[in-house]
Amino acid sequence: MKSPSRPDRPRPLSPHLQIYRWQLTAVLSILHRATGVALCAGAVLLVWWLAAAASGPQAFAATQNFIGSWFGQGLLFGWTFSLFFHLCNGIRHLVWDAGWGFRMATVYASGWTVVGASIVLTTLAWVLGHAVRAGGA
Amino acid sequence: MKAGERRGMRSSLARVRGLGSAKEGVVHWWAQRVTAVALVPLSVWLAGNFVALAGAKHDVVVAWIASPVGTVLMLLSIVAIFHHAQLGLQVVIEDYVHGEGLKLATLLAVKGLAILLATIAGLAVLSISLGA
Repeated sequence: MKSPSRPDRPRPLSPHLQIYRWQLTAVLSILHRATGVALCAGAVLLVWWLAAAASGPQAFAATQNFIGSWFGQGLLFGWTFSLFFHLCNGIRHLVWDAGWGFRMATVYASGWTVVGASIVLTTLAWVLGHAVRAGGA
Repeated sequence: MKAGERRGMRSSLARVRGLGSAKEGVVHWWAQRVTAVALVPLSVWLAGNFVALAGAKHDVVVAWIASPVGTVLMLLSIVAIFHHAQLGLQVVIEDYVHGEGLKLATLLAVKGLAILLATIAGLAVLSISLGA
């Protein structure tokens, strides 16, 4: 009998990513992982922010200056969207884990709801944040 | 399954309790869900407070963290965030890093870093809260 570990020809491969048509379901799945990884980087900023707050007003002001810079604000905006998307889509995943929402039409409806909710919540957070900033200054 | 097909002395129950090749069954999957459920209210609480604290000065932020609710929920958030994060990164690493040595090194680095960062954050919260 031939050894199963040495085939005569290369094993068949499934088609690569670019073969498939982009669909909402696949995009949201990839986005869930991407935003999760992005949030890990955001968690590092949270630690820095807390450590700076514990160190004293000077270290904290330096952190706030970084967050207030255009680069920091860009990062913060990305993390805001990542947080709300990962949160909303995470709830969608938990509902699936409970065994609900697998009809094709439902999968698309929940997917578009997640997209809409993430955009609305991100906008709301930034509008309110700017209002707080303007009010406090 | 016929009796003759049993492997050694192990009962069917013992085979089931062996929990598969990784020997941990659904532990990883379940911990990911438990921390996810905890993070639903915690992340809403965090996001709401960060919005309210936009551009806040040091004394305001310190007062928020030092409040009993702030201290307790921030500590719980840190534990849930870093446990959830390292479980998620573990899956990403297992999917994309194929060399056994590099995979082990990356996993150890990520898990070690998660514990280190969570400890730093926890100490920061406690030192603010206890006024040390």
